[in-house]
Amino acid sequence: MGRYVFKLPDVGEGTAEAEIVAWHVKVGEQISEDQHLVDVMTDKATVEMTSPVTGTVVSLHGTPGEMAIVGAPLVELDVEGAGNAPTASAAASSPHPSLLPQGGGGSEGAAKPATPPEKSTNKQESSLSTPGGEGWGEVAAVSRPMQAPAFTTRTPGTKPLASPAVRRRAEELGIQLQFVPGSGPAGRIEHGDVDNYISSGGQTSVARGGGYVQREGVEEIKVIGLRRKIAEKMQEAKRRIPHFAYVEEIDMTELEDLRAHLNATRKSDQPKLTLLPFLMRGLAQLLPAYPQINARFDDDAGVVHRYAAVHIGIATQTANGLIVPVVRHAEALDVWQAAAEVSRIAQLTRDGKAAREDLSGSTITITSLGALGGVVTTPVINHPEVAIIGPNAIVQRPVVRDGQIVVRKVMNLSSSFDHRVVDGYDAAEFIQKLKALLEHPATLFME
Amino acid sequence: MTEHITTKVLVIGGGPGGYVAAIRAGQLGLDTTLVEGDRLGGTCLIRGCIPSKAMIHVAGEFETMHRAHGAARHGISLSAPPALDMPELVRWKEGIVNKLSNGVAALCKRAKVRVLSGQAHFSDAKTCTVEGEDNATITAEHVILANGSVSTELPFLPFGGPVISSSEALSLDALPKKLVVIGAGYIGLELGIAFRKLGSEVTVVEALDRIMPLFDAELSLPVKKWLERNGVILHLGAKAKGLVQESNRHALAIETMDGKTENLPADKILVTVGRKPCTAGWGLEHMGVDMDGRFVRVDDQCRTSMKNVWAIGDLVGEPLLAHKAMAQGEMVTEIIAGRKRRFDPVAIAAVCFTEPEIVTAGLAPGDKALEGIDVMSAMFPFAANGRALSMGAGGEGGFVRILARRDDHRILGIQAVGAHVSELAGEFALALEMGAVLEDVAGTIHVHPTLGEAFHETALRTLGHALHI
Repeated sequence: MGRYVFKLPDVGEGTAEAEIVAWHVKVGEQISEDQHLVDVMTDKATVEMTSPVTGTVVSLHGTPGEMAIVGAPLVELDVEGAGNAPTASAAASSPHPSLLPQGGGGSEGAAKPATPPEKSTNKQESSLSTPGGEGWGEVAAVSRPMQAPAFTTRTPGTKPLASPAVRRRAEELGIQLQFVPGSGPAGRIEHGDVDNYISSGGQTSVARGGGYVQREGVEEIKVIGLRRKIAEKMQEAKRRIPHFAYVEEIDMTELEDLRAHLNATRKSDQPKLTLLPFLMRGLAQLLPAYPQINARFDDDAGVVHRYAAVHIGIATQTANGLIVPVVRHAEALDVWQAAAEVSRIAQLTRDGKAAREDLSGSTITITSLGALGGVVTTPVINHPEVAIIGPNAIVQRPVVRDGQIVVRKVMNLSSSFDHRVVDGYDAAEFIQKLKALLEHPATLFME
Repeated sequence: MTEHITTKVLVIGGGPGGYVAAIRAGQLGLDTTLVEGDRLGGTCLIRGCIPSKAMIHVAGEFETMHRAHGAARHGISLSAPPALDMPELVRWKEGIVNKLSNGVAALCKRAKVRVLSGQAHFSDAKTCTVEGEDNATITAEHVILANGSVSTELPFLPFGGPVISSSEALSLDALPKKLVVIGAGYIGLELGIAFRKLGSEVTVVEALDRIMPLFDAELSLPVKKWLERNGVILHLGAKAKGLVQESNRHALAIETMDGKTENLPADKILVTVGRKPCTAGWGLEHMGVDMDGRFVRVDDQCRTSMKNVWAIGDLVGEPLLAHKAMAQGEMVTEIIAGRKRRFDPVAIAAVCFTEPEIVTAGLAPGDKALEGIDVMSAMFPFAANGRALSMGAGGEGGFVRILARRDDHRILGIQAVGAHVSELAGEFALALEMGAVLEDVAGTIHVHPTLGEAFHETALRTLGHALHI
């Protein structure tokens, strides 16, 4: 029997640490070679770590949400043969040597950042523990000071959970227990819950026949994984970049006519066109004249990198949150190719299969909430880029043209710029030229 | 000259449902009259739960002594086999019944309940005549029907002669040498096992393909094994066809599972194929109450469709259990007294005094109510429980089992099979009524050495960290 220490390998260029997302093994578990051990997330991607050896898990280092340093022990295993470490592992006795406090220290700057002290006293051993110890016991202990979720496991038609004494008291008071939030384990309704219900006026709302019940309870969600990446990125963008927003109204009637025509006559192998490929074409055509807008600002170094290529980030909503895949070299794509490329990378992203190069290197970003409606947005720049374009909904509106009121398809185009390196005048001029291109769609295709 | 009585509450039937209702009504100061045609106590006390348990107890002692004859057990041996005096056994049992029946009478008297002995017959919902030892006409503001149930008779095998119900089985003057039991439900098996222990050759005929069809197979397996080990012949999937008179004795003709006809010689044929509510012969049809199949229809306050007529116990449906009737009787009188009550138990536990005993409370594997629920379950064997071993009860395959929701660990059902587990029924029911989660049971220190420790260990095992296995 030997001890094998699995250390966090170098998971990508220049990565010094990775966030533990989810454990897939438990202490004591027999695992085989190549078995999925843990998911870690770097700036770039989530990586599945597999075991290089067969053995028994002795200890796991770190809980989901914690950062692990490259080269630090992640998993210790008992293996046949010599292993790669002395059996009396130093790592086993000193807890989590590899873990960094999150968020730059602050109030949680201790060695085990993710575990507030009161938790450990209540922590219960439980077979239910999902990877990372999110077992029932722990959750209950955390949420005990607040109202426990009251209706979590009660499905319609099932009885509310309460002791006979509580049930009898409720019956005598004329309270229907299905409206009383329970604070006990499994949502059990205690005497105190009935008191709270009465003092909060719940009784009268029932008496009045109102079907509305006030909800109690606070759910604690650990901001980890992709959500933390998003949070950090947004914070970074807003902290570093003095944004300014600019909104213009664009008459999309002609472009919409063209788009409808192209869609109606497209070949079977051609994708359906949305507005996006035309906007991308416009940007690709216009940006060479505004190199300060198609740029990435390395503000630490004080250098703006202006790009000849136009790599357009496409803000994409996925089940897990916002991800920005990139259409590379949009200047070299016609509208059909651009449409196909957008749909390809969006699908990859939603399926969680986007490669690292699909998700990095954009020089400008488009964020479209058009389909949802909305008059104006003030989009957050995808740092270290310096500009972001946000088309809003196209609506039919009465417009004065040549002294006549006519119905036109009108769209607002919102945008934000990094005022440090983009002057307001230039940005406004850029948007005005983009407006001209979109209002006269033929010019989109004339360079 | 019959007396005319006007009463606030009239209770019909002096069984567990009726006498509890009457006592509670008296306690609450209601003018109460109870009518009973037999002794007070009902089926449970006179010819059911209590006398059968007395008999089962004696049978167990007899068996223990019998086993000590010839082969020494636990260091005890008897030089002669024990002798059974059946009439004396019945007398002893009657003594217990009398004591309890008189106790009920005393409780009624103390609660100032007027008890009439006689058969009530209703002419309308609130009026009845009583005929018997006492004769009266009664008009009541509230009527609580607690008429109970009787053993179901097989039409081709009417009670009489060698064909007996559980009532007669408890008062036999001689031990039947050969006993055939029809119906392998809990009553048939409780009595069949007792008679086997007393020395009868017992054959059990069951129409379904397994014993105790109301319990899951896992739970009834130790009982099945006991029957097999002790030479009780089981005919599963077999139909009783009728009584056959052989040269000098009776026999029961059956059709076995594979269609063959067989005659089972029998001194007595005990028919335990179920019980039916007593709904005929006392004027129920004049009371204007709706029926629900064979039973009287009631709501969750035991109200019938007729105002101020209430019905409880076996009369209103499954489960036909004394403790359910008592709870309903208590509730109904409290409602009559103006309190707000509803019959909404989480669980009505049930026990079988078979060998070994069975308890079930709440949901069991296979219950429809479990559909769609992610359930976690574990069992703990009594073979690993010190108290069970110290009673020589570790080797019969007994266990405690818990079913709980996986998401919040709330306990949904608890079952046990093993010696003396009937005494665990109360704790099981309490856990369910209190809405216990596995951690509640796991966090309760259970006394060592007791059978209850097995319940604690089962909760631990369901949580994945049992200590003694």
